[in-house]
Amino acid sequence: MASICFYFQVHQPFRVKDYRVFDIGNDSEYFNDNSERSINNKKILEKVAGKCYLPANAVILELLNKHPEFKASFSFSGVFLEQLEMFSPETLKSFQKLVATGRVEVLEETYYHSLSFLYSPEEFRRQVALHREKVKKLFGVTPTIFRNTELIYNNALAHEVEKMGYKGIIAEGADHVLGWRSPNFLYRPQGTKKLKLLLKNYRLSDDIAFRFSSRDWADFPLTAPKFAEWASQVNGNGNVINLFMDYETFGEHQWEDTGIFNFLRHLPEEIYKHPDNDFVTPSEAVARYDTVAELDVHHFMSWADVERDLSAWLSNPMQHDALDTVYKLEEDVLASGDEKLIDDWRRLQTSDHFYYMCTKWFNDGDVHKYFNPYNTPYEAFIAYMNALQDLKLRTTRKSDLGMKANVKSGKKVTKSVQKPVVKKKK
Amino acid sequence: MFGWEFPPHNSGGLGTACFGLTRALAGRNIEVIFVLPKKVGVSSSYAKMVFADERRVTFHEVASSLKPYVTSEGYIRERDAFLRDIYGNTLLQEVRRYALRAREIAKKEHFDVIHAHDWLSFLAGLEAKRVSGKPLILHMHATEFDRTGGQGVNQEVYDIERSAMEQADGIIAVSNFTKQKIVEHYGIPAHKIEVIHNGIDECDYADIPERLMEIKRSGQKIVLFAGRITIQKGPEYFIRAAQRVLEHNPNVLFLVAGSGDMERQIMLEAAHLGISDRVIFVGFLRGNDLNAVYKAADLFVMPSVSEPFGITPLESIIAGAPVLISKQSGVSEVLTHALKTDFWDTEDMANKILGVVSHRSLWQTLWGNSREEVKKVTWDTASKKCIDYYARVLCGGM
Repeated sequence: MASICFYFQVHQPFRVKDYRVFDIGNDSEYFNDNSERSINNKKILEKVAGKCYLPANAVILELLNKHPEFKASFSFSGVFLEQLEMFSPETLKSFQKLVATGRVEVLEETYYHSLSFLYSPEEFRRQVALHREKVKKLFGVTPTIFRNTELIYNNALAHEVEKMGYKGIIAEGADHVLGWRSPNFLYRPQGTKKLKLLLKNYRLSDDIAFRFSSRDWADFPLTAPKFAEWASQVNGNGNVINLFMDYETFGEHQWEDTGIFNFLRHLPEEIYKHPDNDFVTPSEAVARYDTVAELDVHHFMSWADVERDLSAWLSNPMQHDALDTVYKLEEDVLASGDEKLIDDWRRLQTSDHFYYMCTKWFNDGDVHKYFNPYNTPYEAFIAYMNALQDLKLRTTRKSDLGMKANVKSGKKVTKSVQKPVVKKKK
Repeated sequence: MFGWEFPPHNSGGLGTACFGLTRALAGRNIEVIFVLPKKVGVSSSYAKMVFADERRVTFHEVASSLKPYVTSEGYIRERDAFLRDIYGNTLLQEVRRYALRAREIAKKEHFDVIHAHDWLSFLAGLEAKRVSGKPLILHMHATEFDRTGGQGVNQEVYDIERSAMEQADGIIAVSNFTKQKIVEHYGIPAHKIEVIHNGIDECDYADIPERLMEIKRSGQKIVLFAGRITIQKGPEYFIRAAQRVLEHNPNVLFLVAGSGDMERQIMLEAAHLGISDRVIFVGFLRGNDLNAVYKAADLFVMPSVSEPFGITPLESIIAGAPVLISKQSGVSEVLTHALKTDFWDTEDMANKILGVVSHRSLWQTLWGNSREEVKKVTWDTASKKCIDYYARVLCGGM
């Protein structure tokens, strides 16, 4: 039996505008670029909705109607869902329609698509809870499978996720972790009792996500029958083929004229030509298949770049500085009790901000550059740190006000703080 | 090869470029006869110092006490009279004298290709082509449009550039930015222009002394402008950005290294903006004096209005300071690890300067990556492309 397990990641960050040092103290709207640049969040969301989300959802719905056994799963970041509510309610409705069929599963992740697990387990749990609420509210379902930002994973995360009550967790089927073992089985994360680990079959996933339209690829053009044949070869030496990819693969990374939608449209019927094949959601895979071995993942892995590690977000001094700085504010920001301030702080935790600062292969014009809305990683850093400086100032003002209010009870404090001051702890 | 200046007697990047390219060509077994217009140009001891062990480069220095230039070639005579009347300064007389001597040198020497650097040597190159029948390649390090910032273009200089490019067998531009200018302003077909970026050789920047350490120890940040104080280099934008930076962070010192016709104006501007105490004019620096200032700086800024290439950012990076460069520059085509700005956008410039002086992590990442990148921008690469281009021009296959 070879079960195809589709999981599509759907995420859009709140990109920081060209926030200049002179804006600090004067402008607390960090995400409202309204230029023609690709840091205009509304414009990007509308563009991707038109090119990808709406047409791809139409194809998925068509497949659900045509094949009663067809299934798929999605993981939506909270900041993505929020942007749908703000900029494209129509797209939100089309996703809700898919989930309403009962054959489309929604996965759990951190609301802010953050790296919080690396910096603050408490903040991580809070963001997962926020995501849970959001999914329940918009889709009426409660996820049982967890996927962390960018498939960042290690044993410690698995332990935490098991404690939180999830049945399964998703990760990259990285060679350096699997070795000779196959990603087409379920594994038991080292040290867990019940949690099951689903690993991405990155070869077959990337055939669709990255190589589909590549003319340099020996197997170009990729057709549905060809792909179904490769998938069927897993029969007898695997249980589940995890095809995990960004949903933007359909129509945004691979444009419509590459034939990607037709490929998707015809894939299920080709898969079904082999009687032993079917489609499962992650929770079904977890329910149906046993784990074959324990997998020990001590160091963090992810699905990014060839390294499949954390280097896309944490490899140069700017990235470390930015992440350290944002998480250092945790206590004071939360203590402020100011919802807008807390929300802005969390939006600044989204992993994309740090990805844009990556300089690893910047000069080779690679994928990082393609996905970077800023001219250079340095500009991304400058805008981010300026915004963070303003957030810090807002936090200080809040706590100063609080302190003064306590001292001079009843007296209104009118003098505002002009310059960012490092808060002194008593 | 016809040049105009050569280190250490150079006033700018042209001499540096000629030196770097000549040495790299010699390294690839190309015999270079480098012709300079003036005796004072290169002291023989210096030439020996650099090339003593590889005698492939011969220097010819043209004596400056030449008789007035008379030629049978009608076009030169006509231009001569024209230039004398209107331009009438010694620079154009020098250019003409140079052309006269070039003809004699070309008759005596044996060579395969004539390579002339910038308009000052173009007439010399044309004369050499005329008497020898060898192909002429012009190397455009700058156009008249760059030197004047597009305002007050000198018609005579433009005419020399244009007619030389029309007659030449091939043209080398130091950047795509310059190639574009040549196509747009001179009507030269794009296929006649080869882009060869300048380079830099690290070995020339060893053992740079530490200076200005007292300032650095006091916690002040140093932002540097180095270049001619002329309209082309955009010094006024540097001063305006400085003012914006100082409003936000008074602990930054701005150094202006260079001299030029706008020096007084820029000093007055700094005084007018009330920042004279934070803007230091250190005069024209060369060699290790300049390198030491690069090294001490936290950021080098090149706000050029129009910079065909711009070797100074590469020098600065090797010496130890990351760079903020104008997008209107050729060097931005080879430097990805640089901050870039439009020369007129002093708000953006100030924002980026403040970013670097406020965040050590940005400085580290920017400088570290640019340092690696500059290692690949060598004169050897440029000389290889030159040799390939010579071969193509000789075959008439350009």
